[in-house]
This record gives sequence, C-alpha cells and structure tokens, in this order.
Amino acid sequence: MSQHHEPVEARMNDHDSQGNLEEHEHHIVSPVVYLIIFAALLVGTALTVFASYLELGILNPILAIAIAVVKATLVVLFFMHVKYSSKLTKLTVGAGMFTFLILIGMTLSDYISRAWGRW
Amino acid sequence: MSDSPVLVHHGEVEIAHEHPHLPYQRHHFETMAQQNDATNFAMWLFLLTEIMFFGGLFTAYLIYRNWYYPAFVAGSHQLNVIWGGINTLVLITSSFTMAMGVWCAETRRQSQLVLCLVLTFILGLGFLGIKTIEYKEKIEKHHVPGFHYSLQSFLNPDSDKEAKAAGDKPMALDMARHTEVYFSLYFAMTGMHALHMIIGIGILGFMILRARAGGYTTGHITFVENFGLYWHFVDIVWIFLFPLLYLISRHAQ
Amino acid sequence: MSTDTIVSLPDQSTARIPKVNFLNKENGLLSWLLTGDHKRIAILYLISITFFFFIGGALAGLIRLELLTPQSDLMATDTYNKVFTMHGVIMIFFFLVPSVPATLGNFLIPLMLGAKDLALPKVNLLSWYLYMAGGILALYTMITGGVDTGWTFTTPLSTHYVNTNVLTTGLAVFVAGFSSIFTGLNFIVTIHKMRAPGMTWFRMPLFVWAHYAASILMVLGTPVLAIAIVLVALERTIGIGVFDPTKGGDPLLFQHLFWFYSHPAVYIMILPGMGVISETISTFSRKRVFGYTAVAFSSVAIAVFGFFVWAHHMFIMGISNYSMLVFSLLTMLVAVPSAIKIFNWAFTLYKGSITFETPMLYTFGFMGLFTIGGLTGVFLGTSGTDIHLTETYFIVAHFHFVMVGGMLMAFLAGIHFWWPKMTGRMYPEKISQLAAVVTFIGFNLTFFPQFILGTLGMPRRYASYPPEFQILNVFSTAGATILGVGYLLPVLYLTWSLKYGAIAGNNPWQATGLEWQTQSPPLTENFLVTPIMDHEAYDYEWLDGQKQKEVASVG
Ligand code: HEM
Ligand SMILES: [Cu+2]
Repeated sequence: MSQHHEPVEARMNDHDSQGNLEEHEHHIVSPVVYLIIFAALLVGTALTVFASYLELGILNPILAIAIAVVKATLVVLFFMHVKYSSKLTKLTVGAGMFTFLILIGMTLSDYISRAWGRW
Repeated sequence: MSDSPVLVHHGEVEIAHEHPHLPYQRHHFETMAQQNDATNFAMWLFLLTEIMFFGGLFTAYLIYRNWYYPAFVAGSHQLNVIWGGINTLVLITSSFTMAMGVWCAETRRQSQLVLCLVLTFILGLGFLGIKTIEYKEKIEKHHVPGFHYSLQSFLNPDSDKEAKAAGDKPMALDMARHTEVYFSLYFAMTGMHALHMIIGIGILGFMILRARAGGYTTGHITFVENFGLYWHFVDIVWIFLFPLLYLISRHAQ
Repeated sequence: MSTDTIVSLPDQSTARIPKVNFLNKENGLLSWLLTGDHKRIAILYLISITFFFFIGGALAGLIRLELLTPQSDLMATDTYNKVFTMHGVIMIFFFLVPSVPATLGNFLIPLMLGAKDLALPKVNLLSWYLYMAGGILALYTMITGGVDTGWTFTTPLSTHYVNTNVLTTGLAVFVAGFSSIFTGLNFIVTIHKMRAPGMTWFRMPLFVWAHYAASILMVLGTPVLAIAIVLVALERTIGIGVFDPTKGGDPLLFQHLFWFYSHPAVYIMILPGMGVISETISTFSRKRVFGYTAVAFSSVAIAVFGFFVWAHHMFIMGISNYSMLVFSLLTMLVAVPSAIKIFNWAFTLYKGSITFETPMLYTFGFMGLFTIGGLTGVFLGTSGTDIHLTETYFIVAHFHFVMVGGMLMAFLAGIHFWWPKMTGRMYPEKISQLAAVVTFIGFNLTFFPQFILGTLGMPRRYASYPPEFQILNVFSTAGATILGVGYLLPVLYLTWSLKYGAIAGNNPWQATGLEWQTQSPPLTENFLVTPIMDHEAYDYEWLDGQKQKEVASVG
C-alpha cells in the first residue's frame, strides 16, 4: 500500500493510531464452534415447540420470545461473528436493537394506555 | 511548502500516479483492510434498515395479537407445526452451511466452498418449496385475506380438520372476522421474509458460479462474508416468526 | 457593522481554471451517467433536484393563486387537492430530503474528510438512479391524474376512499426512500472509515457531524416508511385489513408508522442545513464555532431524541391521554438541542469580524426564521394548544418557517458558499445579495400571515375559505410572487457565472476546511496527496500561518 509521496509515508503511523482500521487481524471462527451453535439452535427449536404445548399461562409467550432471543443472539454472536468484531459493529447491532425497541415500545405504550381511559 | 501539513497544489497538475493495488482493491481506499472494513460496516448498516423494516410488521403483530388474542390463536391453529418446524430446521441448517461456507472461503477450500454454497442454495429452495405447499393450503381454504376470505373454519370448527384437531370452539362472528387480520400479518410477514429468501437464493446462484471459478478462494472474501450476514439475518427473522405465528398457544384450551 | 469583505480572488488577468479537474477529466454524457465520482454525482443531483424544486414551486404558485380569492374559482376542488398533494410529495421527498445531503453533502464530505471518494461510489450512483426513477414515476403520476391524499397518505382515505394514483405515488416515494437510505448509509461508512490521517472525530467540520446525525435518521427511519407504504399498497390492492377498521385494523397504526419516519424526516430535512450554517457562520465571522463540541453533540442528540416524539402529530387522532402527555413533554426536550445550536451560533457572531456576503445573508435569514419556526413548534408540541392549532394554517406556517425559511435558506447559503469550489467561478455578489434580501422579504410576507390565519382558525387543505380571511391571503399570495422572483434569480445568475464569473481560486473565502485547501474545481481524486489534518477545525490562525509560509516560499 505504501506508495505515497514521502511526507505522507513518514506519517502513515498516524493513520493506524487513529482507529480507522480497527479490524486488522481477521478472526477465523472454527467449524467446531459453528457445530456447537448449530446444535444449540436445533435444541432451541425443539424446546420452543415443546414449550408451546405446555399450559404455562402468561409464561407461554414470554418463554417463546426468550428462546427466540437466545437463538437469535447465538446467530448474531457466532454465525455473524459479532463476538469477534470491532466495537463499532457491536454498537451498530445495539443501535438497531435500540431503535427497534423504541418503535415497538413507544407504539405499544399508546395502545396499552388507551385502555386506561381518561383521567 | 514541502513541510506544509496539508499539501496545497497550485497551477498545473500532473495526473496522480496509480497505486499498484491488488486487483480487487478499489482505487479510493488506502488499504485492503480499510476496504473490507468499510464494506462490512456498510452491510451491517443495511441490516439495520432491514431490522426497522420488519420492525413495522412486528409492531403491527404485537398490537393485534393483544387485541384479538382468540382470533390469533385460532388462526395459528390453522398453520401446520410440522411444516413450520421442518422449515425452521431447514433454515437453521442452511445458516450453518452458510457459516461453513464462509469458513471454507477463509481457509481457501474451493471445492468445499462450492459444496457449502450449493447446500445452502438447495436448503433455501427447500424452504420456499415447503412455504409454497403451505400457501397453497391457505389459498384452498380461502384463508388469504381479501375478497374471498372465508370464516368457515372459525365459525364452525368441526367442519375443519385443523381446527377440530386443535379442539377449537366456535367463535362469535365478531372475533372470527379478526382472523383475517391474523392472516394479513401472516402473509405480510412470511411474504416479506420469502421475498428476502428469493433475493438471497438469486445471489447464491451467482456466488456458486463465481466460487467454481475460484472467485472467493484467493483471500478476498468480503462478498461471501457479507452475503453470509444477510443470510443469517433472514434466518433470524424466521427464528422469531416461527413461534410468533405457528406456536401461539398450542396447548388445549 | 463592517463593510469589508473577506473575499480574496486571484489576479484575474493571470488566473485560470485548473486545466485538469473533475468537470473536464472525461467528456460525454456517458462519462457522467456512469460516473463513480462523488462530485459528479453531486452535480447530477443538483440539476435534478433543482428541476423538481421548480415543479414543486409551480404547484405552490397554483395553490397561492387559487387562494387569492375566497371561492374556489381557479380550479375544481379535487384538482386543488391534487395540486397541494403533489406539491407536498415533490417538495418533501424529491427536494428537501435530498437537497443538502445529496448535493453539498455528496460533494463535500469526502473533501472535508480528506478522502478520495465516498466509501461506496457505485452505491452512490445507484442512489441517484433510484432518486430519478422515483422522481420520474412521481411526474408520471402527476401527468396521469395525480393523487389527492395529502403528502401524508392518510388511511383509510388513501386505502379506501380515493381512486387516484396512490399506488404509483407510493411506489415513487418507496423508491426515493431507498435512494435516501443508501445516501445515508454511504455517509456513515465514509465518516467512520475514510477519514484522512489526523482527522479525528472532533476535528471534523460541523457540517460532517450534522450529516452524520441526519444519516442515522435516514438509515433507521426510512425503512419504517417503506413498510408503511407496502402495507398501504397491500391494503389497497388486496384489502389485507391491517389499517381497515371494518376488518378490525387500526388506521392509527398507519399514523404511528408513518410519523415514526416522518418526524425524524423533518430532522433529515433540517440537520444538513444546520451543518451548512455552522460552516458559513464561522467563515464569515472569522471565528471558531463557539461551543464546537456542544454543537456537534446537539446534532447527535437531535437524531436520538428525534425518534421519541413522533406522536405529537397525532394529538387529535385518538391516541391515549397518557401518550399525549409523554409525547408532549418529549417534544419540549427535542427543542433543546436545536436551541443549543442557535445560541452557539449567536455566540460565534459575538465579537467576530462579521462580513455580509450572500451566504451570510442567507445564514442570518436561516437563524431568524428557523428560530420562529422552532418556537412555534413548541406551541404545537403543547398538546393543549395543538388542539386549537392543528390542521390550520398555523401548522402550514410552522413547517414552512423551518423547511423553507430554514432548510431552503441553508441550501442557498451552501450553494453560494461552495459554488466557487464546485465550479471554480464566483457568482456575482451584488445581485445575489439582492436575491437573498428579496427571498427574505418574500418569505415573511408569504408565511407570516399564515400564522395569523391559523390562529384565527382557517383550516389547511381547502380550496375556499370565508371572505374575512381574504386580506391576509392576498398578502400571502403577493409574498409568494416575490419569493418566486427570489428563487428564479439565483438560477439565472448562477448559470451566467458558469461562463462569466470571476475565477475563484482555491480559497476565495479564506476558509479553513480541507475542501478549500485544494484546487477549485477539485481533481477527480480530490487531493494529489492524502492530506494530513494537524489542526482543529475552524483554526484561522493555522490558516494565517499557511499563508505566511506560502509567501515565504514564493519570496
Ligand atoms: C424545533 C423543534 C420542533 C418542534 C417542537 C416541532 C413540533 C411540531 C409539532 C408538534 C407538529 C404537529 C402539529 C400538528 O400536526 O398539530 C409539527 C408539524 C410539522 N413540523 Fe415541526 N417541530 C419542530 C421542528 C420542525 C422542523 C425542523 C421541521 C422541518 C424541517 C418541521 C416540520 C414539520 C412539518 C412538515 C409538520 C407538519 C406535518 C403535516 O401535518 O403535514 N418541524 N411540528
Ligand atoms: Cu414532528
């Protein structure tokens, strides 16, 4: 890469120290990890089907969502390599989840509180 | 002027010389690492938009599920858990084969990479095949929202195989009508999801051709990696859709 | 008041436009249509959004003409509905949303960061094509019968009751939305990954910060609009019933989804303009922007808070009382970061050596008008007052003060400010100062009466009105005529200046940004050598030092 004019070349270190290039080394996730996650996802699927046939009342949907969240987290962390990625990637995922929850949460808060009627 | 930090150029300009780049490095990046980082980050941002896109649908789902819970339960009983479950397995497996594909690209195993991509491709098609069977059932039973929507299965559950099996009780007309909202969301959500699958499968086909020509085993694997992110995202959407649509209260009422 | 000017142009008898620059590097239409150069794409955008601006403007002219008299006499009432709808759709989605970011942002962000291009040049070009596809589709709908739902596509009106071109317009907005998403995405990646050595976050020009914040809104907000439109389309075609009360759907859900995007969208429409103002105000008062960090963070704060207030557009629609309270309070909060900016700009002026070139005149216009617009927003955010003021001309005045008085003024400030950089030539100063003043006068005459009309209770979106409102409406129409002249003038003299303007040189304003330290118009690759940022933004002492060095090396 270093085909710059001299003054720039001399200062290329700046470039690296500045944090633009966070992911220098590329982490290769081993197939063993993938296999474990795959197995966990299968177990999760079985669990969620099984749980839906139990009578748990309010816990039914909570459990279903909880299992789905765990499964999704596994996919994000390992299949999508977020566990090994830069802070920026983690922040990006976080920002997505945050706004997603704002959309759902704030909208639902209106629907839920409508039932409370007027003051 | 030689030590001025920002090099200001005056007058005539000679064409800046080209950097001897690797063939797949675009001219405006300083380094390959910068380019990979940038495209990977761009892919993540694109997935953010996808999250929000589906976010609108999930919001709608949650609202109506709260409002019309009995209708949602009855609607959900019309879906086939076996098909849905198999499809979940299919999709999870395809996510696994895709992850392995990325690994093969990283470790430069060309033939295994092609195999992984082909498997992912087939599993993707399999998913869509099963989805088609399910859609066909719905069409036949007039459970597609719109003009021909039929309330038969909900007003008179005994006349309906699935409803009977689930032990559904006849519903009041008022609530029964709201099963249409359930099916609206069912089709909107699974439809949008299927659309993403179709696009993904199209790209997979292209990637298989490139991979056979050795395109991703030279060390430049950003495309495979980024596609992997997309594919896993689509998988995640399904991980939520499955319990939300198929498994609302499967236990006897 | 100082009558000095900071303009310093090279000796016109010897000065030349640089022989090689991005404009003449390659020739032919194809070299433009297939370009990856962010500067060329910016020019493509500039031409196309100007085109749409004048279409939207012509429609506005029709609206004002119709409202000259209390009866609806110029056109049928449903034609009037179509005219104001198309005016809104075109102005919002095809002018204001892309205005500053797609033109100035595209052109300047890589230059300001010391990069060769945006991170994804092809995606950038794709954005422009999507924009054009959406725009042409919108024009097509207009010609083939138009649409009359209002730019807000209100359900169930849009899904059940009108038989105009809702679907094609929806598609047009959907496609344009993706253009906006890709622009925002590209900016975020570029700002994170393409900064030159030494260009730390807190050395970036505030223009870049503002675009960063706006881009976040584009990426996270726009998809929700997309899904809302998809659902409207499905509702309209096959009747899926998600928004249809007869089937158990809730029309208010559409409002939630629509405003979840469209409130942040108003900040998409103002933040980039605020970025322009930070640059001009610093340059023309020769001072570092007061409270740089506060201004930078207030942009981000606006982006974040912007997601928490959308239901203030729904106060009278039947949301719960409790939501109303919460959203009303949150709306007050979002006004705070906007106020922080205004105060900091005012402090920047304090004891600065202010000069009054055209960009600065527009900047002053922005500050005054945006302040009024923002403050009236607080009235509207107060749920009690809003019940009286909503759906009246008060709202029309409010958002025109922020969008036209704010964003359009900022856009013009920016176009004049960076015109020498983009074209290598200066615009004619005297006539453009005149245009700025005319715009300001015309604007106030057009929109101030609408505040009064609104408080008196004149509803928006009707072709006729009670005769007692006529005088104020006549003022408004007269103002609109003046405003029209004010907007036509720049098109004329800017075009003129392309050939006859004075040669600008690298840095006619003696500004500090990296974009000014390279030739005008810049090279295709922006900089011959990757620049290294070794000073803070808006460091005029550094600039003086540069000049002295230059003199020394020449002498
Ligand atoms: C500074 C703080 C601001 C506050 C507190 C504020 C508040 C409000 C409120 C409460 C409404 C709803 C009125 C109603 O429907 O009854 C409104 C409408 C509107 N605002 Fe603002 N606003 C602000 C800034 C802006 C900005 C910066 C823009 C655009 C650049 C903008 C554009 C609009 C538009 C377009 C509407 C009307 C939408 C419609 O119904 O057609 N506002 N504003
Ligand atoms: Cu708003």
